[in-house]
Amino acid sequence: MGKITAPPPPDTPKLEKFNFMTTSLNEAIGWARKFSIFQYPFVTACCGMEYMSAACSHYDIDRFGAGFPRFSPRQSDVLFVVGTISHKMAPVLKKVYDQMCEPKWVVAFGVCTCTGGFYDNYATVMGIDTIIPVDIYIPGCPPRPENVMDGLMKLQAKIQSQRQEI
Amino acid sequence: MLETIKSKFPNLILEAVTNRGDQVIVIKKEGIKNIVATLKSDPVFGFNMLMDLTAVDYLHWSEKEYRFEVVYNLFSMPKNQRLFIKALVRETEPEIDSVVSVWPAANWYEREVWDMFGIRFNGHPGLKRILMYEEFQGHALRKDYPYNKRQPLLGPVN
Repeated sequence: MGKITAPPPPDTPKLEKFNFMTTSLNEAIGWARKFSIFQYPFVTACCGMEYMSAACSHYDIDRFGAGFPRFSPRQSDVLFVVGTISHKMAPVLKKVYDQMCEPKWVVAFGVCTCTGGFYDNYATVMGIDTIIPVDIYIPGCPPRPENVMDGLMKLQAKIQSQRQEI
Repeated sequence: MLETIKSKFPNLILEAVTNRGDQVIVIKKEGIKNIVATLKSDPVFGFNMLMDLTAVDYLHWSEKEYRFEVVYNLFSMPKNQRLFIKALVRETEPEIDSVVSVWPAANWYEREVWDMFGIRFNGHPGLKRILMYEEFQGHALRKDYPYNKRQPLLGPVN
């Protein structure tokens, strides 16, 4: 007579084996968004050199999830305005900003974009916040890469803490 | 060269001098088109190239009777010579004949002078601003344009 043996009972599930955590949806989306900043570099002047230095491997802003420039405003989250904006460039900047999808943020990179910098003349826009809303101002002529990192982390904190529109 | 030019247009040329190796003639603005057409077509001169066309605002110069000078910088390739023509323009009547029909290259130069100094060029095929936009108020390189003036489209208005 054969003896029928039942399969061994499965282990009692233990919670730690599932590796899950609890959070609120707002926090989770904020966490995802702050580490996947697709940027649109709107580079018009000499600050662009410092931006390139900050974006490349020496300083590596890919650590912050911001290493992927999209050269289409429709695919990007953060508009980096890098360099002096002239009166003639102003409508272009506005159009690029309007083409970006929500949620979107704007970083003013360098004093020219913050306030107009040392330009006080007939051709220069006195700060891009006369045209579009700005989230983070990074002053400097041009700003040091450390300064850019600092601004980027402040932007991440802002993204994390705000109410996430879905 | 200067003497030859002066003898051709005795009524239009006010002054013909050589200043530190540069040949300069100062003319009445009515004669500009006539003079440059001759200077270009006459083989004695052969000024076939317009190097530059600009203007100067002498607003605060009390010794100057005319506020503006439109400056033409010509080059003669056959003779390897340069010539500066200064045409005197009054503030009350800021206009001069266009030389686009003589040198097509003058087209954008004249638009720039119109944009920056507000000097009209009669007979220009399309005289509109070239550096600034149509809504821009004033002419930026005039000496009485405030350096920190804000434009109404952008502001902040001061």
